Amino acid sequence: MGDFDVGVIVRALPLLWEGMQITLLLTALGIVGGIVLGVLLAMMRRSSLLPVRWFAAFYVDLLRSLPLVLLIFWFYFLVPLAVGRPVGGLPSAVIGFILFEGAYFCEIIRSGIEGVRRGQVMAGLASGLTQAQCMRFIVLPQAFRAMLPVMLMQSINVFKSTSLVYVIGLRDFLTAADLIGGRDNRLTEMYVFVAIVFFVICWTASQAVGLLQRRIAS
Amino acid sequence: MRYNWNWSVLLADPYLGWILSGLGWTILVSAASWIIGLILGSVIGTMRTLPSRTARLVGAVYVEIFRNVPLLVQIFLFYFVLPEVLPREIGRWLKRDLPHPEFTMAVISLGLYTACRVAEQVRAGIVTAGKGQANAGLATGLTTAQVYRLILLPLAYRLTIPALTNEFLNVFKNSALALTIGVLELTARTRAVADYTSHAIEAFTAASLIYATISFSISGLMRIVERRARLPGTLAGGAR
Repeated sequence: MGDFDVGVIVRALPLLWEGMQITLLLTALGIVGGIVLGVLLAMMRRSSLLPVRWFAAFYVDLLRSLPLVLLIFWFYFLVPLAVGRPVGGLPSAVIGFILFEGAYFCEIIRSGIEGVRRGQVMAGLASGLTQAQCMRFIVLPQAFRAMLPVMLMQSINVFKSTSLVYVIGLRDFLTAADLIGGRDNRLTEMYVFVAIVFFVICWTASQAVGLLQRRIAS
Repeated sequence: MRYNWNWSVLLADPYLGWILSGLGWTILVSAASWIIGLILGSVIGTMRTLPSRTARLVGAVYVEIFRNVPLLVQIFLFYFVLPEVLPREIGRWLKRDLPHPEFTMAVISLGLYTACRVAEQVRAGIVTAGKGQANAGLATGLTTAQVYRLILLPLAYRLTIPALTNEFLNVFKNSALALTIGVLELTARTRAVADYTSHAIEAFTAASLIYATISFSISGLMRIVERRARLPGTLAGGAR
């Protein structure tokens, strides 16, 4: 690897940054949309109506059993068909990510809520709070503390898995690096650089989450 | 939205054959990667609990590196970059003479990635099994190796069956990424069927059903195994 050329990377930086913006956009939309959908699904899974509960459980289990790549292909194909005209890769990818991550966030939120001890709710009810007040003042604050680190870890996972949009040729960070590397015949430099960037961001973020987790625990 | 439905296309020649051979490769890639992941993951997870500082550090570095780089990037590093950075002779051998290079590299890469996740589960299992067990073993005259082989690892595996099942299902799903370097597994094959027949909904539905059926069957089966292997005297949920 004597001819590793850093100059190639430096010259590619503007294009790589464009790719990184797509990656960050996908990550942000995937996390926000995924959490909103996850909250909705978690509420549905705790609904008193059996069909609603059943539907949410089926949705979550189904989505969690499929590879994300397959889902990306699904929506790459379905979204234009549903809209009736070509829409490009980004909207399809965003929809695919939100629907996929929603299932995972739902499980995190649900286990956070179910992790709160029954006695807490009973004590709340006994002291005269309504069911809704119990949820708002007792269950949710405790559940939130428990699930925050897991949700942050999942957000890091979303960031990493956005690289899968490579399969539909959407120009994210990895795909941009791949295109430049292919053009200049410098795949080694490009892939190594991509790996280092992802590692630095994900490692720093997960260390921070670990720190937060220990603070919450103590 | 107009769409011509034709489910029978899935059973037509050669598309049925494509899907079945794709399924075969998916199973092969997942199984082979799982074997690597389970063995190497057990070694690394064990290293992270050993008294030796060096062993713990090596284990931690391995886990952090493989956990914090996207799997797809790792696959590309193994397939495209590794032959370039290795000594010339080995690199040439990898590029020219390695049998089924896409399959081999996909399995190695997926296996090493899975190992970092298995390692975390095994480590958690050993920690849960507890220092008391290890000390009792040492006090009865067992060596450290014997304590791990006879006491800690068997306990750790039994405690972490649900988590390990989950990891296996992850390998099964992650095996779809092998398509990016040209392994014609299930997702790649259904995409081909979708492109050739323009019956994408039927093709993707079939693939989704296959993935879901296998996942559900495995997790159902492992729930039975888990009940059988549950440690007496622990909480119903296993590792707690």
